[in-house]
Amino acid sequence: MLNIRDLYASVDGHQILKGLDLSVKAGEVHAIMGPNGSGKSTLSKIVAGHPQYTVDRGAIEFEINGAMTDIAAMEPDLRAREGIFLAFQYPVEIPGVPTSEFLRSSYNALARHHGLAEMDPLDFDPFIREKMKVLEMDEKYIDRAVNVDFSGGEKKRNEILQMAVLNPRLAVLDETDSGLDVDSMKIVAHGVNVLRTKRNAMVVITHYQRLLNYIKPDIVHVLYQGRIIKTAGPELALEIEEKGYDWLIA
Amino acid sequence: MPDKSDAPQNIDPLEPDGYKYGFITDVEADTAPKGLNEEIIAFISHKKNEPAFMLEWRLKAYRHWQGMKEPHWANFQYAPIDYQDIRYYSAPKKKGTGPQSLDDVDEEVVKAFEKLGIPLTEQKRLAGVAVDAVFDSVSVGTTHQKDLEKLGIIFCPISEALRKCPELVQKYMGSVVPYNDNFFAALNSAVFTDGSFCYIPEGVRCPVDLSTYFRINAKETGQFERTLIIAEKGAYVSYLEGCTAPVRDENQLHAAVVELIALDEAQIKYSTVQNWYAGDRDGRGGIYNFVTKRGRCAGVNSKISWTQVEAGSAITWKYPSVILKGDNSVGEFYSVALTNNRMNADTGTKMIHMGRNTRSTIISKGISSDFSHNSYRGLVKIMPSAENARNFSQCDSMLVGNNCSANTFPRIEVKNSSATLEHEATTSKISAEQVFYLQSRGLNKEEAIALVINGFCKDVFKTLPLEFAVEAVRLLEMKLENSVG
Repeated sequence: MLNIRDLYASVDGHQILKGLDLSVKAGEVHAIMGPNGSGKSTLSKIVAGHPQYTVDRGAIEFEINGAMTDIAAMEPDLRAREGIFLAFQYPVEIPGVPTSEFLRSSYNALARHHGLAEMDPLDFDPFIREKMKVLEMDEKYIDRAVNVDFSGGEKKRNEILQMAVLNPRLAVLDETDSGLDVDSMKIVAHGVNVLRTKRNAMVVITHYQRLLNYIKPDIVHVLYQGRIIKTAGPELALEIEEKGYDWLIA
Repeated sequence: MPDKSDAPQNIDPLEPDGYKYGFITDVEADTAPKGLNEEIIAFISHKKNEPAFMLEWRLKAYRHWQGMKEPHWANFQYAPIDYQDIRYYSAPKKKGTGPQSLDDVDEEVVKAFEKLGIPLTEQKRLAGVAVDAVFDSVSVGTTHQKDLEKLGIIFCPISEALRKCPELVQKYMGSVVPYNDNFFAALNSAVFTDGSFCYIPEGVRCPVDLSTYFRINAKETGQFERTLIIAEKGAYVSYLEGCTAPVRDENQLHAAVVELIALDEAQIKYSTVQNWYAGDRDGRGGIYNFVTKRGRCAGVNSKISWTQVEAGSAITWKYPSVILKGDNSVGEFYSVALTNNRMNADTGTKMIHMGRNTRSTIISKGISSDFSHNSYRGLVKIMPSAENARNFSQCDSMLVGNNCSANTFPRIEVKNSSATLEHEATTSKISAEQVFYLQSRGLNKEEAIALVINGFCKDVFKTLPLEFAVEAVRLLEMKLENSVG
């Protein structure tokens, strides 16, 4: 569903990704690990289409209507409508906009794109409350402004809620575990596990192994200096937990 | 712009700069020659069949105005205005000589208002709102008048009020904004041509929103309307005002005066969506909007509330204010001012606390984009007599792009130490991160910006009547469509 080949990408004139290859199939969960500065966040931004990040070389292909399509030049909103979702490491505040209204606008933007019925607030309210129940989330914050005065944990949970509402085919979770205590992490991981199906895929980007105790990956990659330097099964994560990254880099 | 009004493509939303209301209506007009002198003033007064006191007052204002200087303290510059190069009266020609009924209005004018979304004819008129439609210098029709009369409410053009109830006009006109108040108010007092008059009798709650729609059509003509709203003891009225003008290359002057009077326990809610033509991308053309709006909470427990959405005009100079005279009276000012291209807005409010336990709230949201300048200017004044007065002010600015500017000039004068004042101010930018975040959730760039702006303006929009709020949101979205690069 996602195929990245020999990708070189930069931000503000600095080349961060240098020949990255990654192939993800439906039903798979990939973990991408790596030390700070290895290019993990750049990868997530490039897949979602952040305008400040540019593709210098190589290809990013995503399956659209059964065909692998180069999305490198595609606007981020179009990528989202085609089923790519990025859970942000630092979710952005939108003052004055209630979370429920924001989620409904997003949902309807996707529904319109796929020729499905849009929801009015009366339809949407039970829909969103059901999602929150499944994710074991507190209902109180759907009336609050998007991410404003949310704690770190609430922001991350809000990302997972958005993922549940938009039901993406490919979800990229960018360091969703950073800044979370164990309880919040369990809730977030539970949400991810609930949303995991045979038809969608997830790329979990993390610095630490601990999130992978709760979200079991099929494949683990190590990203270093802008390239994938090792790919293996879940046991790789445990090995990194024990030995750190040095043995891979050296 | 094509010159004919009936061509539907004139309101094509895709026209340059997205101004939908820029069409010109081709009507036969009754106009005064250009220039300003005592004869012209007498001509206007005669045209309107005014009582003698009115002409005297106009002339007094004119003579005072001649000794006044155009104010230039606002935070913008503009080409000098030649007051002798303006036409001070232009009216669509009447069909007959008898009293004007809505059926007698020039069809082209009726069509023009329909195009603006303001149907005037009996069959099509808007249900929940009574409309006074002002076209250049005259009111061309007022809907729902009969129904309102049954409640004792007078809602008519001010020139008609001068014939119907001259004593009320004489008593209140100039009582809040005196003829010598400021340069533009004095000019207006001398040459005002029409506007609305509303009188709500004691204890009556006006069942519909009263509304005036101002349309400038004629070339080289100024619009100088005057609105007077009086709410007697315990009365309530909600009043709406909308404005548009054709796209023209030269600047046109609009200098209005609005006076509100709320007696004991009375409430007046005044909402404006101002969308005068703002000039093109390079700042050519557009309306110079110099307006004096002021309300007097004359009675105890009275309340005056201004809500404005200022999205048009090349220049806006406007400070809707409240004099809080009655004990426990309340003044409110809610404002969204949006500037784009080369627009200049210098707008805000004055809250003058005189009575005891008077309270005022100011919420101002300025949005500037492109090369525009947007300033909030406000005064909160607590007089020695205003025991326990309170004010809360919040002035937020949002910048869209890197070439625009936002300023706030808040002023506070406190002469009674029992007062409580709070002031909050913020400046923010629509960040690329906000736009990307929303885009990554499937909203396109325009939708993303609209959502951020809506959130920013929410506290003001929620004070607008619902349909007006919807219109305001659409207006801002349209204006900002091309602004976030």
